[in-house]
Amino acid sequence: MKNYKFKIKNLDCANCANELEQSLRKINIIENVSINFMTQKLTFECTLENKNQALEKIRNIIKKENPDIKLEEG
Amino acid sequence: MNRKRNKQLIKIIIALLLGIFSLFLFDMEVYKNLLYIIAYIVVGYDVVLKAIRNIFKGKYFDENFLMTVATIGAFCIGEFPEAVLVMLLYQVGELFQSYAVDKSRKSVANLMDIRPDYANVYREDEIYKVDPDEVNIGEIILVKPGEKIPLDGIVVEGESMLNTGFLTGETVPRKVNANDEVLSGYINNDGILKIKVSREFGESTVSKILDLVENASSRKSKSENFISKFAKYYTPIVVVLAVILAIIPPLVIKDALFSDWLYRALSFLVVSCPCALVISIPLSFFGGIGAASKMGVLIKGSNYLEALANTEIVACDKTGTLTEGVFQVQKIDAIHSDNNLLKYAAYAEVFSNHPISFSLKQAYNQKINEKLVTKTEEISGKGVRALVDGKEVLVGNEKLMREYNIKFKKSEESGTTVYVSIDNEFAGTILIADKIKDNSYKAIKLFKESIKKVVMLTGDCENISASVARALNLDEYHAELLPQDKVTLVEKLMMQKSTNGKLIFMGDGINDAPVLALSDIGVAMGGVGSDAAIEAADVVIMTDEPSRLSDSILIAKKTMRIVRQNIILAIAVKLGVLILSALGIASMWAAVFADVGVSILAIINALRILIIKKQF
Repeated sequence: MKNYKFKIKNLDCANCANELEQSLRKINIIENVSINFMTQKLTFECTLENKNQALEKIRNIIKKENPDIKLEEG
Repeated sequence: MNRKRNKQLIKIIIALLLGIFSLFLFDMEVYKNLLYIIAYIVVGYDVVLKAIRNIFKGKYFDENFLMTVATIGAFCIGEFPEAVLVMLLYQVGELFQSYAVDKSRKSVANLMDIRPDYANVYREDEIYKVDPDEVNIGEIILVKPGEKIPLDGIVVEGESMLNTGFLTGETVPRKVNANDEVLSGYINNDGILKIKVSREFGESTVSKILDLVENASSRKSKSENFISKFAKYYTPIVVVLAVILAIIPPLVIKDALFSDWLYRALSFLVVSCPCALVISIPLSFFGGIGAASKMGVLIKGSNYLEALANTEIVACDKTGTLTEGVFQVQKIDAIHSDNNLLKYAAYAEVFSNHPISFSLKQAYNQKINEKLVTKTEEISGKGVRALVDGKEVLVGNEKLMREYNIKFKKSEESGTTVYVSIDNEFAGTILIADKIKDNSYKAIKLFKESIKKVVMLTGDCENISASVARALNLDEYHAELLPQDKVTLVEKLMMQKSTNGKLIFMGDGINDAPVLALSDIGVAMGGVGSDAAIEAADVVIMTDEPSRLSDSILIAKKTMRIVRQNIILAIAVKLGVLILSALGIASMWAAVFADVGVSILAIINALRILIIKKQF
């Protein structure tokens, strides 16, 4: 398990952050998903080989829920 | 973000002007209404668009959707000015909210803005400006006045005053000369320094701290989880109530006007937005963590801040925590020759990180030939065994002597007595004494105001521990503990607290890592602490002052007070406005206030956390 961290852009409402976090929790290959509205960061844990697959799933959910949001490395 | 806000502001101003202009069209109803519709479109089109998009996604409880239904509903029952005003106020509130959140984000980010952007490195007699990441250990870097020190290292040339505030919260500058160690994140105030890099950027203090602070975000407090759960149920319930309110009373009550009850139902929709509740809580915790880091205390997550507020028992280590941890050799009592005794002791302890070994080496004050020392073995809680120049040397406490069946003369001095044996023969004792930190007196006094019990757990001997406990007026102390004894004792102490009460363990040193992890909140002293302790800890104090912990407890309590105020404020106002609008007393304006007005008040309340004074 490795810890990954992404910047989230255009996340402008606290409740949207909560809702998105709850949707992301349903992805079974990642753990400890957390969206921090104040620091605008997404953190999650997953194994190295699952990273790309997990990212794709995360991007899909974001696209469905809130297409304004962009993920950035770092 | 900024451009978006300017655009919002312009839209609001245009809509406002249109609204004011319409007031002059006294009896031309058609034009007036047309102006209202234009104003509405200008100020609210993005909300409506988002709402439409959400309908297709099946998200009916999103605030854009709720606002759209409420305002369009108002148009339908002929309340044109009301519809425009509600949308206008909503947008003003959103704008203000985004501004306030941004502001607090920036003020906290500034506190943590310690990442160095570049390093001036000497390569082939020339200075290159490079990324700190690209500098290797052993290279010489140049730090000019006003620059941040980018990597940890040793000063090789120059002297200067350093501002260490970003790491330690300390306001008094620290003077450094050649051969002093400096940490990345310090700011060079005046002189020019040449520094030999001792750690790569990734391993340097500044990277470690930033890592720690940034990863703090993932641990959420109970209050945050409570509020997100609450929001999940609150909105649907209020929306269902609104539907009931619009349909049932006009059918049941005689002479009830449908439009009247619809208006009340629309107010319900406005109040049902959850954002006011949701935003104020993480913002408060964020502020609390920021305020603590301003004082040199790093808290690894909002759950720990929450726990700090419920502290009941503080258990702390003695050496390096309550006392200076700087031991000085006071007296040497050798069977044969004093210098020889000290030499063997210093040699045997050469690889140890224990504070005692530093004072032995310091007192010896000659170059140690490390090649002569082999088979070093650290015996936790007892001492060190090593082969020095072919002789087996034991350096440690009485327990070590007993373990190896060495006949020794017990010392009656108050202080730490180091017993030394060479080739299984008792060679003498070295007395080392430590001093209680001035700051500890204040810290314990402050703890006593709000905490049930302060306990000291130490591996040190009974008589020193007793005198320290007496001097500091501690409730309890346990001496001569091995690491595993500390674990058992902390487990026992954990049973003594109430269900919601928390136990803090504050310490440093390698031996503390298990108890740091076991206690509710592990606090490590950053300045002298080991890396293992900092990693295992939940709270790191960057200075070596225990009173910073009592300051942090105060911040935690203030934060929790504000969190509770905000939860109560938001829920009470929302409930109040719901009841009033159900009775037809509150207008839709009051409903908008219950949403955005309250969230703004909550934000302002949360920002109060950043205004906190250091006790000492």
